[in-house]
Amino acid sequence: MATRAGPSGIASGLLSPELLGFLVVWALGTVGYVLFPDDLAFLTRIVSIAFLVLSLDLVTGYCGVATLGHAALFGIAAYAAGNAARAGWADPLVLLAIGALVGAVSGLATGALIARFRGLPQLVLTIAVGQLVAALCNKLGWLTGGSDGLSDYTVGPLFGRIAFDMYGRVAFLMSVAILAVVFALLLRIVRSPFGLLTRAIKDDTVKARMIGASIYPRLVAMYGLSGAVAGIGGALGAITAGVVGLDGVSFERSASALVMLVLGGAGNLWGALAGTLVFHVFEHLVSTANPFHWMSLVGAMLILVVVFAPRGLSFGAIVLWSKLRARSP
Amino acid sequence: MPGGNLEVEDLVAGYGATRVLEGVSMRVAAGERLAVLGRNGVGKTTLLASIMGLTQRHGGAVRIDGQDVSRSSTSDRARKGLGYVPQTRDVFRSLNVEENLVAGLKGKPRDLTRVAYEMFPRLAERHWNLAGQLSGGEQQMLSIARAILGEPTVLLLDEPLEGLAPVICDNLMAALGELSAQRAVTMILVEQQIQRALDFAENAVVLDRGRLVWQGRSADLAASPELVERYLGAASA
Repeated sequence: MATRAGPSGIASGLLSPELLGFLVVWALGTVGYVLFPDDLAFLTRIVSIAFLVLSLDLVTGYCGVATLGHAALFGIAAYAAGNAARAGWADPLVLLAIGALVGAVSGLATGALIARFRGLPQLVLTIAVGQLVAALCNKLGWLTGGSDGLSDYTVGPLFGRIAFDMYGRVAFLMSVAILAVVFALLLRIVRSPFGLLTRAIKDDTVKARMIGASIYPRLVAMYGLSGAVAGIGGALGAITAGVVGLDGVSFERSASALVMLVLGGAGNLWGALAGTLVFHVFEHLVSTANPFHWMSLVGAMLILVVVFAPRGLSFGAIVLWSKLRARSP
Repeated sequence: MPGGNLEVEDLVAGYGATRVLEGVSMRVAAGERLAVLGRNGVGKTTLLASIMGLTQRHGGAVRIDGQDVSRSSTSDRARKGLGYVPQTRDVFRSLNVEENLVAGLKGKPRDLTRVAYEMFPRLAERHWNLAGQLSGGEQQMLSIARAILGEPTVLLLDEPLEGLAPVICDNLMAALGELSAQRAVTMILVEQQIQRALDFAENAVVLDRGRLVWQGRSADLAASPELVERYLGAASA
């Protein structure tokens, strides 16, 4: 049961939201590990994308910044981790730190530009930034491997001892552990005064100014944080997949991340997580069942969700849960 | 010098090219309570919004403790001690009651939300509800409570009693009076309930068509049915 912070923060539950988030991610990871031992590479990829969707949620769901170029942060960090490994930085945790740092710096740099605008100009700007990064990655073949991708690097064992196995067990468990920690931290941050003010800014910028909030610095700071989270996801992908391709910075990657977020429910980290999972599992199932029309089925599912749960599956689940509780004696 | 001195000098302001205030000047000393009165549409709300930097200023100045804030942004003015409770109830609808209060704490300890819950027990009962789900009166309580938690030195209140039950109005005015007395918070109150406003504030100003047409002690205005009739259109205060 999650903690419900009562008046003046008095806890009335057993678990804090952060601990609950940490445990749920571990529980899901354990279920995946036990039930799908042959699909761990696929599950690890989902975890990597989950970072991107969480990162997107921070700026879109919590700050109201419309973006269709967020994969740029993910991809830049992936290339940075790949190049660092190529340069001899083989420790996976160091590579993750490099990914987070590069993602954060990229987030701050692009956020400083994007946060100056609102609405459609902002959306167009994010697309332009994403396309620019994608074009550069394609052009700078010596750094990115161009269309062939970057793969001539080796990642060392975890903690200098635990080598990555061919079944993807170590990679998956490491990914789940990092996701659990980052998810718990993000749950903390969005409930902090900083996180609440970003939500207030999304709600109404004028009202936020009236209580003394500086809009622009907070949006840029959130963009930096979002970049760090996307960067961890990108680096994780580079470490566990052993290759970084142009798809990591593509418009399609940005758009699909947004779809996952809308599916799960923007402005709710649980929704970002749920959207990533549901989207990938559904995509996997229908593409296996019907290799010719699976895209149509994914599209149909999205239409149904938008029609019947426009605020996403997580919000729909919350409403349903509230109704069930109200009916129970 | 204690904080909370406010000076408005020859202020001309409005919305875009439209001028609503035409050279308003007034001084409010630290800890003073001032009622801003006038008929509908004479510029009372615009005056508070202009002090907060939410309108187009065409001339004049606003000073807080002698410091000119005329060119400062709204957030800067809020950080310099201005608190504002607008008529429109500035709650963040997607945040719950507790989160709204924490957002107004400006980094101070969360435990201070207890002050708000003591002032408005109804908010404590609904602390988990989204602000958008609250009734109008509850939103008003939340808006006021959050402004108070920001520990302003000057509090601008635009019709805070609108939509509140009489008993809550009494509690609120008592709480505001206590706040003013204990912390010497300067308060500028725009209120349609003239008698309550005059009872609360020691001084009053009357606006008419964007100009200040009367200023003095509230008691003098309350004692003069003729003045009340002339400026406020009411038979008696």
